[in-house]
Amino acid sequence: MEHNIHPECMPDYLEPGELRALQLARLKNTVQRCYENVDLFRNRMDASGMTPADIQSLDDVSKLPFTQKTDLRDTYPYGLFAVPIKDVVRLHASSGTTGKPIVVGYTKDDLEVWSSVMLRSFVATGMHEGDVLQNSYGYGLFTGGLGAHYGAERLGATVIPISGGNTERQIMVMKDFGVTAICCTPSYFIHLIEKVNAGKARFEDLGVKIGIFGAEPWTQSMREYIQRESGIKAFDIYGLSEIIGPGVGIECSEQAGLHIFEDHFLIEIVDPETDEILPDGEEGELVITTLTKQAFPMIRYRTHDITSIIPERCACGRTIRRINRIRSRSDDMMIIRGVNVFPSQIEVALLSVEETAPHYQILLSSKGGLDQIEVQVEVTKEMFGDRIRELESMQKKIAAAIEHTVGLRVPVHLVEPNTIARSEGKAKRVIDQRNNEG
Amino acid sequence: MKLKQLSVFLENRPGHLSHVYEVLAEAEINIVTMTLADTSEFGILRLIIRDWQRAKQVLEAASFTVNTTDVMAIEVADEPGGLGKVLKSLEGSGLSVEYMYFFTGKSKQHALIVIRFDDPDRASVILTSVDVEILSATEFYAEA
Repeated sequence: MEHNIHPECMPDYLEPGELRALQLARLKNTVQRCYENVDLFRNRMDASGMTPADIQSLDDVSKLPFTQKTDLRDTYPYGLFAVPIKDVVRLHASSGTTGKPIVVGYTKDDLEVWSSVMLRSFVATGMHEGDVLQNSYGYGLFTGGLGAHYGAERLGATVIPISGGNTERQIMVMKDFGVTAICCTPSYFIHLIEKVNAGKARFEDLGVKIGIFGAEPWTQSMREYIQRESGIKAFDIYGLSEIIGPGVGIECSEQAGLHIFEDHFLIEIVDPETDEILPDGEEGELVITTLTKQAFPMIRYRTHDITSIIPERCACGRTIRRINRIRSRSDDMMIIRGVNVFPSQIEVALLSVEETAPHYQILLSSKGGLDQIEVQVEVTKEMFGDRIRELESMQKKIAAAIEHTVGLRVPVHLVEPNTIARSEGKAKRVIDQRNNEG
Repeated sequence: MKLKQLSVFLENRPGHLSHVYEVLAEAEINIVTMTLADTSEFGILRLIIRDWQRAKQVLEAASFTVNTTDVMAIEVADEPGGLGKVLKSLEGSGLSVEYMYFFTGKSKQHALIVIRFDDPDRASVILTSVDVEILSATEFYAEA
C-alpha cells in the first residue's frame, strides 16, 4: 500500500463502495445533461421510452443506448457537443471512417480533468516532478501530444514538447537534455533504440528510465524487447479521443493490466455480437461512459477494443480496476505509426480520383520496427494511356487523395490487372504482414 | 498515313516483360519493332505489330492492359545528320515529339523512325512540305 500518495492520486485508492456512490452521482448528472443538451442522446432515450430519472443504480446504465463512431461522423462537427461552442476552449480531431475526421471538444473543466488523469497516469509509472519528459507524441489535432504535455506539466516534471519525427534531433535531445522519461508510440521507440544502438552509444547508458507508450497496440514480447534493448521500464497507456484522449487507463509498477480511472470513466464489457453485458474476467468489447466530461460527454461508447476486466485487486494497492492490454479490435481499423486508418478511407480516396473504385489492396508490413503501409491499385483501361507521365500523374493523384483523407503519406503502386485476388464475399482489402504475434 | 502502335502496361518486376512475348509467340504473332519506356515503378511496352488487332485481343485475354495509339513512321537518310535535318524542319512549328524509336528495315537504304507527335495531323503537313517521306502502314510492315 502506497504511503506517500500524491494528493491528486487519492481517487485511485477509493473504497469500492465510495467509488460506486461517486460513479452513480456522476452518471445521473451526465445522463441528465446529455438528455437536455444533446439531440442524439435525447432522441434515442425518447425512442426507448426512458428518462434520466430511470437511472437509479449503476446497473441501469445497461438501459441506455449505445453510441458508435458513425454517430460522431453523422453529427460532424459539433452535433454531440453538450455545451455552446463559446464554452469550448479546445478542439481535437481524429480519424473518421470516411473523409471527415471526428471532432471532440473540451471546456476548461474538461482540460482540468484530462491533465489530472494524465498526472495520475505518470505517477503510476513511477514518474515524479523531478523527471525530464521527452514528449514525442504528435502535437496538434491529435490528442496524444497536448494530453501528455499538460499532465506532465501539472505533475511538475520538466516537459520537452519535441513532438514526433526528426530522429536525429530526438536522440540529441535525449542525450543533451538529461531526459529521464519518454512518451511516444512503441514502434517509434523501437526505431529510436535501433538508431541509438547503431551508433557509438548504448541506449542503456542514457539517463532514460521510463517509457510510456500508446496510441497503438503492442505485445508483451515487444515490451520485453524494448526493456531488454534499452534498459528502461516500458508502460502501456490507453485512451481514445472520443472519451478524452490518452489517460483513460495506465499500467502501474506491476505492469499487469491497465488501471482505468473509474471515477471519470464507467466501463462495461459487452459481447460484440449480442450486446450482452459480460461479467468481469470475460473477454468482449470495451464500452465506456464518461462521468465528468462537459463539452463532449459519451454514453456507452463502443470502442471496438477487445479486452476483459481483471477482477482481482492489484498488488500496487489501487482499487480502480484494471483491463487487460488491448490485443485486437472488433472492426477493421488499422493503426499505422499511431494513426488510425480505415480501409474505407482508402476507398473514399480512390473513388475521389476515379469514376469507379478500382481493385485495390492495402499491404501492411514492418520495417525497422515501424509500421509500413502501401496501397496497390490495379491499372484499368480507363486509367491507362500511352504516356508515362499520365500514369505517374495518376499515381501521384491517388497518393495525394489518400494522404488528404488519411493524414499519412502512403506509397501507391500501380499493378497489372487481375493481380489482386478477387473474393466471393467481402473483399480482403488488407494484407497484414507485420510481426504482431507473441 | 498513321501507324497503329500497341502500348502495354507492365509492372517493373521479373517475368512480367517476358510474359508478353510468351503470349504473343504462342499466338504466332510477330513483332515488327518495339520499345520499352520505364520508370522505377512500372513500364510501358510499345509494340508495332502487323496483326495488331489480334495481338490486342490475345494480350487482353491474358489480362494485360492494352491501349492503341496512332504513331507515324518516317524515312530518314541513313547518314550523319539525317535525323537532324528532319527535326530542324519542325523547329518553330510548335510541334512536340512525345517519343521516338528507330528501326532498320529490310531495304536498308533508309533508317525508319517511329514517332509519336502530340499533333500528328499537323506534323504530317509540315513533314510533307519539306519532302520527308512518311510511310503508310502497309509500306512499314513491308520493311519488316
